[in-house]
Order: sequence, then structure tokens, then C-alpha cells
Amino acid sequence: MSPVLASIDWTAWLLLIVRVIVIFALVMVYLVLVIWFERKAVADMQTRIGPNRAGPFGVLQTIADGVKLLLKEEIIPETADLPVYLIAPLASAVPALLAFAVIPLGPSVTIAGHTVPFQISDLSVGILWILAMASLAVYGVVLAGWSSGTNYPLIGSVRSSAQMISYEVGMGLGLVAVVLYAGTLTMSGIVAVQARHFGVPGLTWLPKWNLFMQFPAFLIYVVAAFAETNRPPFDLPEAETELVAGYHTEYSGMKFAMFYLAEYMHMITVSSVAVTLFLGGWRGPIFPVVRWLWPLVWFVAKVTVMIFVFIWVRATLPRMRYDKLMAFGWKVMIPIGLVWVLATGGIVALPPAYGAWRAGAIVGFGVLALILLLGPVIRGGPARAPVEAPTRGVSG
Amino acid sequence: MPQLVLFWILAPISIVAAFGMVLARNAVHSALFLIVTFFSLAVAFLALGSPFLFVVQIIVYAGAIMVLFLFVIMLLGVDREESMRERIAGQRWMALLLGLGLLAEVTAAVRLGIGIRTRAAGDFNVLVNHGDNVRALAGVLFNGYFLPFEVTSVLLIVAAVGVILHARRRHGDGGPLDRADAPPGEPLPLEEPGGSTPVDPESAGVSGAAGPVGAAR
Amino acid sequence: MIPAATLPHPPLVFGPLSPELVLVGAGLLVMLIDALRPGNTGRFLASLTFAGIVAAGIAAALLWNWHGPTLVLGGMIAADRYSVFFRLVILVVAAIAVVLSQHYLERSGEYRGEYYALLLFATAGMTLITASADLIMVFLALEILSLSLYLMTGFSFRRLASAEAAMKYFLLGAFSSAFFLFGLALAYGATGTTNLAGIATRLLFTLAPTQPRGVLLPSPALALVAAAFLGIGFAFKVSVVPFHMWTPDAYQGAPTPVTAFMSAGTKVAAFAAFLRVYTVAFGPLTNDWRPILVVLAALTMVVGSVLAIAQRDVKRMLAYSSVAHAGFILTAVAAGTAEGVRDAMFYLAVYAVTIVAAFGIVMLVSVRGERNLSLDDYRGLARRSPFLGGGLAVLLLSMAGIPPTSGFVAKVAVFSAAVRAGFWPLVLVAVLASVVAAFFYLRLIVVMYMREPEVAAAPAGETVLTRLAVGLPVAATVLLGVLPGVLFDVLAHPSVLPLGGFGFGL
Repeated sequence: MSPVLASIDWTAWLLLIVRVIVIFALVMVYLVLVIWFERKAVADMQTRIGPNRAGPFGVLQTIADGVKLLLKEEIIPETADLPVYLIAPLASAVPALLAFAVIPLGPSVTIAGHTVPFQISDLSVGILWILAMASLAVYGVVLAGWSSGTNYPLIGSVRSSAQMISYEVGMGLGLVAVVLYAGTLTMSGIVAVQARHFGVPGLTWLPKWNLFMQFPAFLIYVVAAFAETNRPPFDLPEAETELVAGYHTEYSGMKFAMFYLAEYMHMITVSSVAVTLFLGGWRGPIFPVVRWLWPLVWFVAKVTVMIFVFIWVRATLPRMRYDKLMAFGWKVMIPIGLVWVLATGGIVALPPAYGAWRAGAIVGFGVLALILLLGPVIRGGPARAPVEAPTRGVSG
Repeated sequence: MPQLVLFWILAPISIVAAFGMVLARNAVHSALFLIVTFFSLAVAFLALGSPFLFVVQIIVYAGAIMVLFLFVIMLLGVDREESMRERIAGQRWMALLLGLGLLAEVTAAVRLGIGIRTRAAGDFNVLVNHGDNVRALAGVLFNGYFLPFEVTSVLLIVAAVGVILHARRRHGDGGPLDRADAPPGEPLPLEEPGGSTPVDPESAGVSGAAGPVGAAR
Repeated sequence: MIPAATLPHPPLVFGPLSPELVLVGAGLLVMLIDALRPGNTGRFLASLTFAGIVAAGIAAALLWNWHGPTLVLGGMIAADRYSVFFRLVILVVAAIAVVLSQHYLERSGEYRGEYYALLLFATAGMTLITASADLIMVFLALEILSLSLYLMTGFSFRRLASAEAAMKYFLLGAFSSAFFLFGLALAYGATGTTNLAGIATRLLFTLAPTQPRGVLLPSPALALVAAAFLGIGFAFKVSVVPFHMWTPDAYQGAPTPVTAFMSAGTKVAAFAAFLRVYTVAFGPLTNDWRPILVVLAALTMVVGSVLAIAQRDVKRMLAYSSVAHAGFILTAVAAGTAEGVRDAMFYLAVYAVTIVAAFGIVMLVSVRGERNLSLDDYRGLARRSPFLGGGLAVLLLSMAGIPPTSGFVAKVAVFSAAVRAGFWPLVLVAVLASVVAAFFYLRLIVVMYMREPEVAAAPAGETVLTRLAVGLPVAATVLLGVLPGVLFDVLAHPSVLPLGGFGFGL
């Protein structure tokens, strides 16, 4: 064996490949279950029965649907821009899967002399990787809509690019607050920060999750996550009452299945990120039976709770109007996000000698002053008086 | 070693995509090729030991700027094939010649000025990062270069003000004033319609025959 | 929460940056007040802007006797008298521009609160670039001032000419920025630093490795290419031929007060940085870049002067004359001596005050918006309005370089600097170009004084403030022509050179 080949750490590579395969398989199985879970849960809320034929409680329904879609006829519109039309479904699904690479599913374990993290890669810029993949997710929608060459998909994709870019800003601000507070960009580091418990008597059992310490950031993140995944009430790009099926109107068969899977994949990813950043990640009580499994159990349980919230909202809230959606993103989410980032910066930067309560009071007053000062600007106030009386001719 | 493998995979991809970007007739295809180039560059940054730059390149260029490009292309509907007719005769050959000259000049200057490395560079992670790329970068950015960092915010404010200023048309702003077909009887004409000396091409100025820049010579 | 490791930072000596801080602060205040009080008439914001500029001027003047370190804030900002001098010139220009703008916007009905904020930001960019001691700061300041000026150029968006001017200015400006950035990257690649003094030190060591320690570069070739690219970036901004294409279109299309502001401000700011970068950072390469600048200077003077003759539009004519003046200033830069730098500083100060007032008078002659810009509209102006006609005549004489004015002194100064550096042929070309240029300046004076007006044009309606705004520069033009020593005495001390004479062994 040549020295170059000998210098490669084959075990490490093998472990990496195994991790990728195991996590991918776990996610795929979970994905199938989530689709079934949503259909069942929504059916319950609408007092229907839902899928109940394929397998026990209809749990195999997703598989059956997959087989059906696989065998369906492919229809490609004549107006389609073929290469882009074919890339779009992939571009939709891949970023969601890639984002999962930095989610820790458990603590590090030692196998064959290697300390192996229970995540594909503990990137030093993990949280930025999440943002990067979130910002790429829009391509699938945009390209699908454009390449179909027909009107409804195009409108859907123009809507979605505006919507997703707008809410990415809000999402980014939520994440920035968490990073500021945690002082690290790595996902494992952020989980580690949440391992501490409250020092208040009577609450010592409660872990200091970012959910409590960063509640506004959590709200911002979750709302932005709904928009990023194009889920109701923010599913304007595929609003069936307005745009048939939006950006994927012209897709059928397996290509449609890709979009369908991508939506759920995105949902799982944003839920996992929410769990990791705000709900303490994989942490939870570890009982002395099969100790290595408990982190995974807690993680999946928390993700399932988050996904239930997604389903619940879908079954409850009506779709927003498009202009209201954009106004909400820019005029409410982003100002709140900015103020909260400022407040977090204040909390982090104030010297510890101030103590928690005094620091909190100072920051609180600061936030209040900001809101009082900028509130009128944000709300828009009375519209500006027109410069001159309305004139004839081309008006803007 | 992995750097070298990645380099020989990424370099051809980025160059081919760059050519594709320039040569594609369709604006959307051009944009997609550019995204591929950005991506391969991003991965090259990662291979060279700069994960922060890698992620930021994806977020900023691939994720934000190019999405906005596509958005504008789609919104304006300028995604039709572009005319390749030359407006100024011989311009393409001149551009090619000058471009090659520039390439030769810069290559020669780099060769003379710092030399072109033929062996692997030192390990960036050890030399510069000291183990943590983000921390090393923060050290540079918030130490020696903190003032440029702050001044950039002024630049961004100006850009934001400009966008808002030019995108927002207020009610009652009215139409263009210096076009021949502007509605007559504007309350306060800023300029006499058609310019004050209608025949002289020199003073008809920029709103005249819309020639290329400098054609007034 | 993990306590973040405290990062070291350079001592926060913000004193030398105080004029910019005041300007940017005033700009933010203007924006905030405009947002909270919509529907204001603009008079209040204009006076606030004026106050901000005056305050920045006081802050700058106080820096004249700065006793702290010369390089502050991580070597990014130079606290030298060179920057103070140029800042004061720019702030004077900006103050005049505020008065003119208020007059113009109120009459044309195009006022929007953002205008004054942009004016303040542009001024901040201009003053910042004069104090930048690092290529990155030069670039950022250049971008701040350019971006603000693109927007101000297109401010009358209802006039297509304004929008088109902004578009052309923006596109070509973006190209020039790209060249500048490329040059910046190559300069860093060549020397391993973006600090101007650092670049000079390394180049000096490479050329004459006598000092005990330093980084030896194989050859200064890459630095030369970098200097060329940076030079292209500057040449665009100061409109040196062949990078002057945008100048006539942008100057003509922009609202006239904006033209007044940018014709003076950009030229001063960009030349200040040009001089600093070339004499400090690339000082060791002076013998290499000199011949290039000599050729560019000659070309600029000739092309600018000749093309100005063909113009019938006054704004366009002044634009071409401003191209020619860039050539005259470049003559002093090309000399590459301390004397050349001094004379260029004198010329820039004189020229800035002259051109801002000249465009101011053009604006007042227009009465409202963009009217009466043709040569024919100036017929008999001196009879209709002796003040405007006489003022413009003095300014034109100064630009032509006729003796009792400051322009004459400035021209003699830059010519003598070039002669002493041994550039006889260049000075010969410059003199010939001056003669050509005198033709179109004098033609306008002839039109104003010796032609009968075609129609009884409306009165120019200037106010006391605008009379002061154009009258004081006219007075200064005459005063500096009679007593140039006032300014030359200030410039005589070596401390007014970039970094206190860093590049000249002083």
C-alpha cells in the first residue's frame, strides 16, 4: 500500500459512511410515518377516519401512495425548459436533507478508539449551515415554477421567492439571538449550553432550555419556519384556491412525489433545528436500560411534538392574504427580531456584577424605550400627505 | 492530499460553469451556471480550511443574491433569448484581445511579483486558524479591521435609503416631465418639453438619441 | 451562556474621526426626523444639515493641532493636516451645496427628506476618503460617496434625463469600483498588507534591501499592476480621459445643485485619495507611474478642452471643462514631488470653490428646475442680472486662468511643479490646452455681456442665502488671486503632506 493511502484514516471514513447511512435511513422511515401521522391527525381534527386500509391503522398508506406515483404516467408540458424542469424537484429535496447533517441526535460515543459524534458532522459553523441550506431551499420552488412555462406555477414561484427571502431575514435574526446567547456556532455547543438548570428554588428540576431564555427568538423562528416550509397558513406558493397547485402544478408522478417528500422533509428539518436550538436537543433523563438509546428517544419525541404543532396549525388556521403575509414579515417579525437581538446583546454584554434582575431591568427599559421611539415608525403612522394633488398622466 | 483531489474536481467544474454562464443565451440558465460556480468556489474555501467563508459564500451569493437575480428575471420576464448582434462593430474581438492581454499581464505579474506555487501550501488550519476558523476570523475582523466593518454599515444604510427612495413612488408624483409625449399643461414644468434648443444634437444631451455613452463626442 | 472570550481591539481613538461621526450622526438624525415628521417642508432639515456640516467643520478644524498618533484605529485613519485641509474644502463645498439644494428643491417641488441624509452621507464619504490610510478604507469611503451620488444624480426621477444620467453614472462607476477592488486585491497579494504606509515600506525594502529586516518580494511587478488598477479606479472618479465618458452625461442630467456638489466634492475627495495612495503607498515606484500619468494628463487636457468648445449646453460645457481641469491637476500629480502635491492641493481648493459657485449661478439662471441651460439663454445675462453675470464672469476667468484670479495662480503653480520635475513637453501641451479652453470660457462671457437677450426672460429670483452661497466663492476667487500667499503659507509646512511627508523622506 502506498504511503498516501496508508495515511488515510480508513476507520474514520468508514464510521462516517455508516453514520450517513444510518441517519438517512432513520430520517426516511420517520418521514413516511410523519406523512401518515399528519393525515391521521388532520382527519381526527376534522372528525374523519383518514387512511385505514393499508396496514394496521393505515400506516402503510404512504408506501402505497409512493408505489402508485412511481407507476403513474409522466407528463411534461411542451413549454417546459427541460433541464431546469428536471433539476427542480431535486433542488427542492436535497437542501432539506443536507441541513440534517449538522443536527446532533445524541452525545458522542467511542467506537474502535474513535470518538464519534451522533451526528454526521459537527461543523464549526453548524448554525450557519442550517441558514445556508434554508436559503437554498427556495431554488426548488423558484425553478419549478419558472421552468414549467405556464402561468400559475410562475406566479407561485415569484410569490415563494419573495416570501422565503423575506422570512429568512426574520429567521436569521432569531438564530442570531440564540448564537449571541450561547456564544458558539456549533450545534453540539448550543445543546451543551442548555444542559444547565435554573438556580431558582423550586425550579431546579427545570432545564435552562433556550425556549425559556430566548422565548421571543423561539416565536420568531417557529413563525419563520412555517413560511420557509410553505406550510399553512403561509402556503401561498401553492394556494389551491388561487393557483391550482402553485409551483408544482405541472409536475406529476415521481417528480411530484419528490416535491411532496421535500415538503415533509423540510418540516422534519426545521422541527429538528427548533428542538436542537430551543428545546434542549437530545437531552432528557437517561434511565439505566439501554442507555445509548434514550437521547434518540427524547429527540424523536420532541421533534414529534413540534411536528404536531405544524399539523395542528394547518388544521386550524386559514391561509393568510399575500400582502398581509409580506407586511407581517417585514413590519412585525423583523423589527421584533432586531429589538430582541439588541436586548440579548445587552444581556450578554452587561457585566455579571449587575446580577440577573438588574441586568434584566436595564435591558427591559431599553427595549421599552426602543419600542416607544420606533413604534410609530414601524406601524407606519399616518400616511405622508401627498406632495401635490393627484395629477393626470402616468401615476406610479 | 484531499485538498488536491477536491481541487481537481472543483476547478474544472467552476471553470466550465463560468463559461456556461457567459455563453448561455437564456438569462435563467446563466444564473444557474453562476450558482454552480459559486458553489464550487464555496467548497474550495472549505477544502482550504475556511468553513466560515464556505457557509457565508453559500448564504450570501447562492442563497440571497442569486435568488434575487432569478426573482427579478422572472418578474420582469426578461428570460427570453438575448440578441447577440454587436452594436459596435469589432467590439467583441477588441474585448477578447484586451481580456487576453489582461490575463497575460496579471499572470506574468503574479509570476514575477510573488511567484506561482507548485507545491502544496502550508496547513491553513495550523498557520492561520489556530484550530478555530471562526474565532481566528473574528480576531481579524473585530481587531485590525473593526473600523471598515463598522463603516460598511454606513454604506449599507445608504444603499437601503437609495432603494427605498427610488422604489417608492408616492401618490401624486406624476409622470415623466421631459418626454415629448408628457401630458401638456403640467402645473410646474421643470424643463421645457423637448429641450430648449431642439435641433442641436450636442445639447439635446443624454435624453437624446440614446446613443452609447460618450457618443456625444 | 458561555462568557465570550474578550477579543483584543486597537485603542479606540475616535478623535480623528470626529468630523465623519458628526456627519453620519446628522444624516441619521435627518432620516429619523423625516420619518417621524412626514410632510415637513425641508427648511428645517436643510438648516439641520447645514448645522451638521458646520459642526463637522469645527471638529475638522480642531484636528489641525492633533497631538496624538498619526495613524489611529488600527492604522485605518490618518490624523494628519493633509486630511484636515481637504475635509475643510469639502465641507465648504457641502455647505454651499445645502443652500443651493434647498433653493432648488423648494422651487421644483421635488423635495424629499432623504435628499439631505444622502448629502450628509456623501459628504461623510468624501471626508472619510481624505483621511483613509488603508486601501480598504479608501474603497469603502469611495463606495459611500459614489453610491450617495448615484442616488442624488437620479433624484429628479420624473425627468428621464436625470434617471438616465444616474444609470450611466452607476454602471460606469460600478465598473471602476470593480477595477479598484481588483487593484486592492493585487496590492494585498503583492505586499501582504493593505496599509498604505505598510505597502510603501515593503516596496522600499524590495527595491533597496538595506534596512535590517523586512519582507523581500521577488519583484515589484505585481505592485505595479495593482497601482495601475487602483489608478483606473481613481481616474474614473476624477474623470481623466479615457475614463471620462460618464462626466458630461451625469453632470448634465443631474439636478444642478447635485452637479455643483459632485463636480467639486468628488474631484477633491478622489484626488485627495489618489495623491495619498500614489505618493505614500506607491511612492517607491514613482519613476514607474510618472510617465503614465504624464500621458493621461496631456490627453485629458486636450480632449476636455477641445470637446468643451463643441458644447451648446452650459452644464455640459462645464462638465467637459471639469475634465480638462482634472488634466491640469494631474500635471501636478505626475510631477511626483512634494511641491507637486502642494500645488495640486492649492489647485483643488481653488477649483472646488470656483466650480461649485459656477454651477450655483447656472442653477439660479435656470430659475426653476432645468431651464435656460443653452448658451443662447445666457444672452445679455449681465444686463438682466449684473450680480449673476458678473459673478459667473469672474468664475469663468478664474477657470480660464486669467491673471487677477486664483485660477491663474493655481495654473502657474502646477505648471511650475511640472517644469521643475522636468516635464517641459507636458507643460507645453497644458499651455496650449489652456489657450483652447480660454476660448469657450470667454465665449460665454461675450454672450453674457455683448449679446442682446432674445426674449425678456424671467428674473432669476435669487435669495439672500443663495447670493451669499455664490457671492462668497466669487470673492474668495478674487482674493486668492490677489493674495495667494494666504493659502500657500498654510500649505508650505511639510505637515500638510500625506502622513506628514511620509513618502518624501521628510
